[in-house]
Amino acid sequence: MTMRADAVQTGPATDPHCALALLRAAPPERERRSPAWNSLSDAVAARARLFRLSMLAYVALLIAAIFGGLMLGSVSIPAGTVLRVLANAALGDGWIEPDWRAAHEIIVLQTRLPRVILAAVVGAGLGVAGMVIQALVRNPLAGPSILGVSSGAAVGAVLTMRFGLTAFGVFTLHLSAFLGGLVTLALVFWVARTGGQIAPTRLILAGVATSAVLSAFTALMVLTSPDPQLAARVLFWTLGGFASAQWALLPIPVAALCLGLGVLLLQARRLNLLLAGDESAAALGVDIDRFRRSMFVLTAAITGVTVAVAGVIGFVGLILPHIVRLMLGADHRVGLPSVAVLGAGFTVGADLVARWIIAPLELPVGIITALVGGPFFIWLLRREAWRMRG
Amino acid sequence: MSAIPNATLGIEGLCVNARRLSLLQDASLQVAAGEFVGLIGPNGAGKSTLLRTIYRARRPDSGKVLLDGVDLWAQSARWGAQRVGAVLQDMPADFPLTLRDVVAMGRAPHQAAHAAENAHDAALIGAAIDLLSLRHLQDRLFATLSGGERQRALLARALVQQPRLLVLDEPTNHLDLRHQVEFLDLVRGIGVSVIAALHDLSLAAMVCDRLVMLDHGRVVADGPPEAVLTPARLRAVFGVATVIQRHPTRGTLVVLPE
Repeated sequence: MTMRADAVQTGPATDPHCALALLRAAPPERERRSPAWNSLSDAVAARARLFRLSMLAYVALLIAAIFGGLMLGSVSIPAGTVLRVLANAALGDGWIEPDWRAAHEIIVLQTRLPRVILAAVVGAGLGVAGMVIQALVRNPLAGPSILGVSSGAAVGAVLTMRFGLTAFGVFTLHLSAFLGGLVTLALVFWVARTGGQIAPTRLILAGVATSAVLSAFTALMVLTSPDPQLAARVLFWTLGGFASAQWALLPIPVAALCLGLGVLLLQARRLNLLLAGDESAAALGVDIDRFRRSMFVLTAAITGVTVAVAGVIGFVGLILPHIVRLMLGADHRVGLPSVAVLGAGFTVGADLVARWIIAPLELPVGIITALVGGPFFIWLLRREAWRMRG
Repeated sequence: MSAIPNATLGIEGLCVNARRLSLLQDASLQVAAGEFVGLIGPNGAGKSTLLRTIYRARRPDSGKVLLDGVDLWAQSARWGAQRVGAVLQDMPADFPLTLRDVVAMGRAPHQAAHAAENAHDAALIGAAIDLLSLRHLQDRLFATLSGGERQRALLARALVQQPRLLVLDEPTNHLDLRHQVEFLDLVRGIGVSVIAALHDLSLAAMVCDRLVMLDHGRVVADGPPEAVLTPARLRAVFGVATVIQRHPTRGTLVVLPE
């Protein structure tokens, strides 16, 4: 963001007495005087413009990915047909003459649409959860998978599969993944906590160690299982994918993710305050302990549900918040909606690539996100190192 | 003209413990409306701990923090932040926040949960930025500022909070000589009630109406600088022999090691 030199002075002549009088004036007085003052510089306006533009680009990406997701796959369906099938389904019979093959309608509506919706919601959830976790631990390198939440959720899911638990019907899996993620997060924080403070390095070390133990535990459960199919099913969890998407299983996880997202989006300002450190945030009116606890439960819930429905999809929650922050700065009022839309578009796109690249077979989507995300993250680290050196 | 009223602060029998360690023991003090009170004492005497109970970073184990006679810890965090502004030693800068972003944070306790910044907020932020001569730096990343610039930004943030009481924790730590005096004179000029932890005893004597000396978590002296800063007490508390003189132009006390 470059600025003209003359753009700096946009306020009135700087009179300290005037400034002080305004700052110390009680409300009615303040409202009479304040319009004379302005702190909005060209850079602030440019940032707002950039937000609108990038949001537009993210939405365009999401729409393109959704259409790609509905059109492409083992069978290609033209865009026009997709549009008419969708319109027909939305408007009801009688408006549009069905001139397409019944198989195409089934593919679009029954196979691809739930899959695209699930991928979008999961991607948005992972992106937002990642950004929130990074703010909570005040470390831009944190993420749901680095902190062990994903492997904890996977252990919960694998336990359910291994022992055939069904206490809560089909949602036993969701619930146990959520609990696994939550317990792991609590454990990691307990390990990392020293004297009321959470040091970022300790946190990441604790997360890595816990993840390693949990992965070993998962492997142990799989290897000692009498069920020969378990290994294949567990591989799905550790690499992630949307192949199991179907309408019947969609409403509850989608509603849960949308609800969680909604609540998180409303916390933007408090999350901003958290970036200034715990002491500052407390001084600015945040009840730190309560806020952080509730945010952790919420992000663990979102991560747990995404793992339950789509397995462990790495790097989305780590990299997308980074990209958004690089472009738009750290303000969560801007960042959270951006990362939600970008996460949705990216994940739908990654899923498309995953089932298209070796069609009719498909790759787990986690492989695609890792193949794209891993190198990007390495580049990011190198870039930071280069910047530090000079 | 109606102005933000200055608060009175009453600390009554404050105790703070960490594990088996006692950080503050039965500490009591008063700050009158508009008064500038300095907290002095050796490292680890409990100055920062006492201040942290006022800006709600640490709940006291017993005792009360009274703001205008109201128990601060019986109110919400937001209630406190609407009345008490704090300038802390420094702020972590791991995220790309601009100076203006940081100053704007001070409006948070006065804004509705998700309302955008309005014209009044923008005006107050602009006034604070101008008051502290930070206009030319407002779009710079906070992480790239010098210690003195950061400190001024944090004061600006506390001022847009429109506090009735200002809490300063070693505010002059990162400042050079000129900025130390400028910073404290500026805070004095605001006329708000202040409680400040200060390392430099001569500086404390120069700007404070009253000094409160802490040692091992207890208040050991409380009064005007002339009554508190005596060679005998400084030897007992700081373990160092001192010479006390008058400032040639300001007339305040100057403490020198012997």
